[in-house]
Amino acid sequence: MSVTLLIVQTLNGLQFGVLLFLIAAGLTLVFGVMDFINLAHGVQYMLGAYLAVMFYALTGNFLIALIAALAAALLLGLLLEFTVFRHLYDRDHLEQVIATFGIILFLNQGVKVVWGAAPLSLPIPDMFAGTIVLSPGILYPVWRLMIIGSGLAVALILYLLVSRTRVGMLVRAGATHARIVSALGVDIRRLFMIVFGFGTMLAAFAGVMIAPILSVEPGMGDSVLILAFVVIVIGGIGSMRGAFIAALLIGLVDTLGRSFAIDILRLVMPPSPARTVGPAIASMLIYVLMALVLYFRPAGLFPAKGR
Amino acid sequence: MSLAVTSTPLARRFEALPIAIFLVLALAPLAASFGAETYLLGLFTRVMIYGIAALALDFICGYGGLVSFGHAAFVGIGAYTAGIFGAHGITDMAITLPVALLVSALFAWLTGTVCLRTKSVYFIMITLAFGQMIYFVAGSLSPYGGDDGLTLKLRSTLFGFPILQYDRALYYAVLAFLLVSYLLLRGIVASRFGRVFRGARDNPTRMATIGYDVFRYQRIAYVIAGSLGGLSGFLLANATEFVSPSFMSWQRSGELIIMVLFGGIGTLHGAIVGAAAFLVLEDMLGGITENWKLIFGPMLVLIVLFARGGLLGLAQSVWERLRRG
Repeated sequence: MSVTLLIVQTLNGLQFGVLLFLIAAGLTLVFGVMDFINLAHGVQYMLGAYLAVMFYALTGNFLIALIAALAAALLLGLLLEFTVFRHLYDRDHLEQVIATFGIILFLNQGVKVVWGAAPLSLPIPDMFAGTIVLSPGILYPVWRLMIIGSGLAVALILYLLVSRTRVGMLVRAGATHARIVSALGVDIRRLFMIVFGFGTMLAAFAGVMIAPILSVEPGMGDSVLILAFVVIVIGGIGSMRGAFIAALLIGLVDTLGRSFAIDILRLVMPPSPARTVGPAIASMLIYVLMALVLYFRPAGLFPAKGR
Repeated sequence: MSLAVTSTPLARRFEALPIAIFLVLALAPLAASFGAETYLLGLFTRVMIYGIAALALDFICGYGGLVSFGHAAFVGIGAYTAGIFGAHGITDMAITLPVALLVSALFAWLTGTVCLRTKSVYFIMITLAFGQMIYFVAGSLSPYGGDDGLTLKLRSTLFGFPILQYDRALYYAVLAFLLVSYLLLRGIVASRFGRVFRGARDNPTRMATIGYDVFRYQRIAYVIAGSLGGLSGFLLANATEFVSPSFMSWQRSGELIIMVLFGGIGTLHGAIVGAAAFLVLEDMLGGITENWKLIFGPMLVLIVLFARGGLLGLAQSVWERLRRG
């Protein structure tokens, strides 16, 4: 286990954590404000990636593809909100789960029909291709740093939006006292739509940013969705700060666990069983972490006040 | 959160239904022998196996308000117990079945201890996460096939006799297990334990005030549901003679919830009808187009939006409208 590897894997973990935050932020906002479990949030991330690939093929410009993909994802998201989700807000969680599960089935298959089952790829923009020397002997891809940077920037913007603007104030109020907010004359439906649209765009943004280093394929949103659930449960549902911290925690624990589990186990057992047991333990790590957090704090690390 | 209520008068009117369901299942192989026997027998065996898992889920979901989104984990554990023992040449049910039940019960006890401390949406997500955990663990079991899974060389035997060797024998064995599970859960729901458990769904604070340890009751129920899930997995491994991590993917857990919802939540026998409806529908739509999920997905949305109470609920309201004229 070398220091170089440790630094690189820590950065990778950070990058993964930031990505998880982008997805979890929308999920936790939507749940916090509307009490709505949206399983289809993961397919919105997938759609972002697919739309970016499509617009890139049309225009050949990454920035245009990014903007167009975000706009298209927003439109699709609002369409879904308008036709389906809107009617689910006051249903119980079980029904929300089933209906959004149906949408996952539909969209995963739809993507397969439209773009084919084979994985697609999106090139890294030339400006950010290649690697950067962090210190002598440590090379790191620029694009991954870009993901970390843009993710942190989004986190900051979100923080300012939620804590400093009028809409942010309504969102905070809506998360704890939706009925009172509505009684005070705020159009809660419109607020819901804004929050939902925003969450959709965040997920799509994550999808576009990760597309150059991951293969774009049907079902790519499913595993990320579950990790995002783990994140918001650990962070405390409805809490943006909790989602941020939990996302980085999960990203780091998962990445470092996967790269060093075998090495660490070899300290206490012979190499051959270590190689068998290592991956199994590494893949369990974040769930064990979640279990521990919830055992001691059943409402997560930063429970949103008032629920 | 208002999950379906078990209104007794209506339930009593539909009392004939469970009997009819089991009669149909008992006679189905005879009818099947006139048609495509292996196909129908296989389909109905799967219906009954998933029926056991769905029954167990309906028990905790419908009567306890515990919406578990990780129930496929137990199915997987049961299946893997059969698979792993089989890989080491041990196929005797007298050993493997109790172990399968015990391991899934233990997993339910451990995860239940954590999950049940949380409520509503947290519970859904945590059970989902534990399901994923066991899914990834199964995928990393490289001695037992990893992601590809493993094949069972032999179906389970009982004291050395290959009693499940023939499909028809397997069918009736599964039917017997289904009947026992159904009667067991019905008994539990009607018992004092079941009343406490249902009370905890409707008003946990009140139950606690009366002096019941709600957590303990719910954990026992969760363990019962988990072991029945394990039983279902054990039978599934025998029916398909194959075990793989996909048995416990989160989509499978979702499908089990769909079955419960299809049949009408909180009815028990509805879960069997729901399992049949889901698997037959999957087969039929799959026969029309390989993109059957494009049809099935929107169907789910429509059922949630317009048919509350599932297919049986729908049938019931149509029936009542006809009677009223």
